[in-house]
Amino acid sequence: MNSLLKVENVVKNYGDFCALNKVSIDVPQGSIFGLLGPNGAGKTTLIRIINQITGPDEGHIYLDGEKLKPSHIASIGYLPEERGLYKNMKVGEQAIYLAQLKGMSKADAKAKLKMWFDKFDIGDWWGKKVQELSKGMAQKVQFIVTVLHEPKLLIFDEPFSGFDPINANLIRDEILSLRDKGATIIFSTHRMESVEEVCDHIALINKANKILDGNLNTIKKQFKTNTFEVGLVANDLEALKSEIASKFVVQPAEFKSLNHDLKLNIKLAEKESSNDLLNYLSSKASINHFVELIPSANDIFIQAINNNTHV
Amino acid sequence: MYKLRLIIKREFLAKVKNKSFIVMTILSPIIMVGMVALIAYLNVKNSEEVRTIAYIDNSDIFTDIFKDTKTTKYINLNDLSLKEAKDKALNSAYYGLLFIPKEDSLNVLAKSISFYGEGSPSLNLISNLEGKFQRKIRDLKIEKLGFDIAKIKAASTNVEINTEKYSGEKASKIGSILKMVAGGGFGYLIFMFIIIYGTSVMRSVIEEKTNRIIEVIISSVKPFKLMLGKILGNALAGVLQFIIWIVSASLLMIVISSVLGADFSALSGNAPQLTPEMTAQMQESVSGNLTLVLHELKDFPFFTLFFSFIFYFLGGYLIYSSIYAAIGAAVDSETDTQQFMLPVILPLMVAIYVGFSIIENPHGSIAVGFSIFPLTSPIVMLMRIPFGVPWWQIATSMVLLLITFLGVVWFAAKIYRVGILMYGKKPSYKEIYKWLKY
Repeated sequence: MNSLLKVENVVKNYGDFCALNKVSIDVPQGSIFGLLGPNGAGKTTLIRIINQITGPDEGHIYLDGEKLKPSHIASIGYLPEERGLYKNMKVGEQAIYLAQLKGMSKADAKAKLKMWFDKFDIGDWWGKKVQELSKGMAQKVQFIVTVLHEPKLLIFDEPFSGFDPINANLIRDEILSLRDKGATIIFSTHRMESVEEVCDHIALINKANKILDGNLNTIKKQFKTNTFEVGLVANDLEALKSEIASKFVVQPAEFKSLNHDLKLNIKLAEKESSNDLLNYLSSKASINHFVELIPSANDIFIQAINNNTHV
Repeated sequence: MYKLRLIIKREFLAKVKNKSFIVMTILSPIIMVGMVALIAYLNVKNSEEVRTIAYIDNSDIFTDIFKDTKTTKYINLNDLSLKEAKDKALNSAYYGLLFIPKEDSLNVLAKSISFYGEGSPSLNLISNLEGKFQRKIRDLKIEKLGFDIAKIKAASTNVEINTEKYSGEKASKIGSILKMVAGGGFGYLIFMFIIIYGTSVMRSVIEEKTNRIIEVIISSVKPFKLMLGKILGNALAGVLQFIIWIVSASLLMIVISSVLGADFSALSGNAPQLTPEMTAQMQESVSGNLTLVLHELKDFPFFTLFFSFIFYFLGGYLIYSSIYAAIGAAVDSETDTQQFMLPVILPLMVAIYVGFSIIENPHGSIAVGFSIFPLTSPIVMLMRIPFGVPWWQIATSMVLLLITFLGVVWFAAKIYRVGILMYGKKPSYKEIYKWLKY
């Protein structure tokens, strides 16, 4: 797959403080790329460098194969985490101004804005001042302004903060449909369930260093522990449990089921396969639940950060 | 350039559409003209008021100095005792009562005249009366010495020295006043403009920071462009406001003076009353000076003054407003700006004070020094220019101003660029110094 954005060995220092230490990422064309990391890891600094708000001390950035340059501003849409609008300006006027700064003509901006305002059913906000809007309403306007000029690359920093669940879903669906239309999206967040929902690729930054990146499914494969969640029905559950425990590493499991099952997480050794386990179990009891445990983005995040911190 | 224009336009409109701007623009000339009109009106009223002063002249030598004028009436109460006269003056609401005892020696008499009144009398009136007595006593003394007063009066001559420069240009006193007013006016204008619109630039920066829109904007334009657009947009709004003020204030002035019939020259009606011969002399010299004023205006360095005004105005405003912008970027709210404001205001205040001393000595070393020092030159040099400044001083001052301008803008832009993205802590000078290296 082609990469739309390539960040190579970027270093950024603020005085003695190192905000980014030789960070490289590769954002594939048409993907939703999750940029993850704890607070203060350097995500926002990296995003600001991509937006040319600050320059890197070392390293290079390429957008669509070209070295990043000022005219690329028009190809990027950025929704910062710290975002707001001019309180005293009218919504429509302000949206047109921001679109013009991104290089759109006034007429073009107006037409596209009308379309988006209709889509979000907020046409009657046009003449209102921003201070009359609620926070969620203002966020919608900000989202529209970010995507209005149809940039190749969209960067959302915590896009769902401040939205109620209904509007968060609306925005998520818009983000997915923008990706389907060909936009590439960088998505920075703490909310791991939304990473799970939308991201194809992720990169994890901790303390100025990238500690993990790649396709989300590939990473999950790396992080899976060959553990299976099983539910068994037999006459003597206690005897069965101790018998299994003598052969495998076993932990009690929790899941919903209709019967009074024996619920276990069974971790296999590297050479053992799920079929081996199934064969063994089917000879002992009737199996009514069998699932491979796949690590969630949340598990991966916590595990990777902990490993990194303890190293 | 297109984006810069957009920003200037937005900043200009945001400022001009602001309610407080509209109110200030409309109200200020009305308040100003209203105040002038009120003062003029009160002055006219004041001079129409007739004061009655009673006197007891036991010495009998001053009777002829108590001549009624438009504003003062004298009443002779020689027949009454001091106590009776006091009662009468009080009951008849006279302004005051003068008591002149009988003394043999004129010198003793000079020390023993008393004035009784309800409260403290007007200082003007007292010094006016003292003048009358002094002149009368002087005349009496001269007479005693056996001289002819008429001849002595004829001997006093009014001398006026014609001042002229080596180059042959006339340099009249009226001209000096004119220069002072023109230079001082322009200097003060720059001072006011810098303070009002510099603060307005700062507010606008803080507003963008607290509204959290700043990061959205600077992902589209360079911070420096945003800062420049802000400074220029505010300046345009300021120029518009000043033009409106000047035009509407002069229109109002004309309207009010014709409606009220109040003569604004009555403002100067407070001057101590003059003896007839002095007034005559004054009138003669004023009418003589009128041609001189015109002559002086013809010779006035309008061209130099105008162009240096533009230059120093731009230079001064740009330097100070970029400092204001940097301060706005460094803080989170207006209350945090205090610690940074003093060093900005200080040179401006110094410039204004030095400006006053220039009237005394436009080419003294203090005046020259501060008119070359770039943080004060926009104000001080403008005040000096009407008096004629050697070209090398103007050139040095302009070059220094330009260099400082570039340096300050570079410095301010750096602080601005870092500061606008810093939230949540009040920076110290040390921290800001560190930002310069980011």
